Amino acid sequence: MTSLAVSDHQAETATPAKVIQPVWVRMVHWVNAVAMILMIMSGWQIYNASPLFGFSFSSNITLGGWLGGALLWHFAAMWLLMVNGLIYLALGFATGRFRKKLLPITPAGVISDTKAALTFKLSHDDLSKYNSVQKLLYTGIIVVGVVIVLSGLSMWKPVQLHWLVSLFGGYDIARYVHFTCMALIVAFLVIHVALALLVPKSLRAMIIGR
Amino acid sequence: MGRLRKLLIPGVDKKLLVRDAVKTMPELTRRRFITAGTSLGALTLLTGCDVVDSSSAEELLKKVSKFNDAVQAWMFNPDALAPTFPESMITKPFPFNAYYGLDEAPEIAGADWKLEVRGLVDNKKSWTLDELYKLPQVKQVTRHICVEGWSAIGSWTGTPLRDFLNLVGADTHAKYVWFQCADKDGYNSPLDMRTALHPQTQMTFKFGDEILPRAYGFPMKIRVPTKLGFKNPKYVLSMEVTNDYKGGYWEDQGYNSFSGS
Repeated sequence: MTSLAVSDHQAETATPAKVIQPVWVRMVHWVNAVAMILMIMSGWQIYNASPLFGFSFSSNITLGGWLGGALLWHFAAMWLLMVNGLIYLALGFATGRFRKKLLPITPAGVISDTKAALTFKLSHDDLSKYNSVQKLLYTGIIVVGVVIVLSGLSMWKPVQLHWLVSLFGGYDIARYVHFTCMALIVAFLVIHVALALLVPKSLRAMIIGR
Repeated sequence: MGRLRKLLIPGVDKKLLVRDAVKTMPELTRRRFITAGTSLGALTLLTGCDVVDSSSAEELLKKVSKFNDAVQAWMFNPDALAPTFPESMITKPFPFNAYYGLDEAPEIAGADWKLEVRGLVDNKKSWTLDELYKLPQVKQVTRHICVEGWSAIGSWTGTPLRDFLNLVGADTHAKYVWFQCADKDGYNSPLDMRTALHPQTQMTFKFGDEILPRAYGFPMKIRVPTKLGFKNPKYVLSMEVTNDYKGGYWEDQGYNSFSGS
């Protein structure tokens, strides 16, 4: 009994009370996850109407049934993605989260942490601190997120936002940029989910905060 | 909090947890994730079958689409000019595009054809092609953007629609100009009046300085460079100035009627 009481006590103190992921981060994360999946699946259906490359996406993994339906989904989920994304960016800057969590990123740090990760020696003791690989990936995916929205807007409103289209070097290039960003996000998603499975407490932190 | 933690990690030796959370947590959390994954998969199945195809989801999406129209109308300048391009950038060959093959495209005899003008206009006279060709024409090289995502730059020459609407004494406070076409199954499409009066919206008679070929809508097409391709009717038979939304071939199937770029 005594030992159990002690371990109970230890459990209390050993589990840090500090929140790893604040509630606003968890909320925008999961809203973004839903929005992103809707955007990607409907985007694949839209792609199928006029494929850029020699392949189409299987209808098992697309959303909307046909081009018209997919466009309705894409332009509905767009609101979720945009509003949620703007909240994330605003709070990320306002709370100093971006500065504290994502900076600095040094090439040396990324190289050594990548080596450590590949040899399974990377420490995950303190989930409140991102390692260099995480910093690079998370910062990178934010940039990709901004670019995919901007390229999407320029395809949606090429007359109204013709300056934005010019910035991408033309309407056709904007399409390729949009597709490339999607591919990068999907690649990120695969790695992100795989790593969350390898370090499940990070997933727990994104659900219950600690 | 303590109770919550017990719920979250049932059956785990607390000593082990204290000593090495990393070692004990993965398996458990992995198991939880699989459960979560299963329900997520079930949700996907649901969204694949019950939610996506259900009429309630469709209704909601249509409402969002209407909302998008309102936001776009409020946000964007409907008189913004579409970019124009040098002739060297014209796409060659310019694609034929329709919901039928080229061999099924309408074959219209120019001499017999007349443009019917109906609705809220002072002069409802029908126009022959020769009469229309006498109206002042302008050429513009703009990008045609298809709802499917592809685009092509073309050269279109014709009479600005707003000049024609003024000529026939159209009520330019009416909401729509509705076009009916000769395509099989009866193509038609409504154009909002603001866009009909846009300086670049054109009754097109020529493509690339040549009389509009059959593939691109002979004898007349409505070129609207500020709208997606399906809002650019070809093989036009009649136009009606109206306050009623009369729907359109693609609009009725679910493409957004605003579809302004």
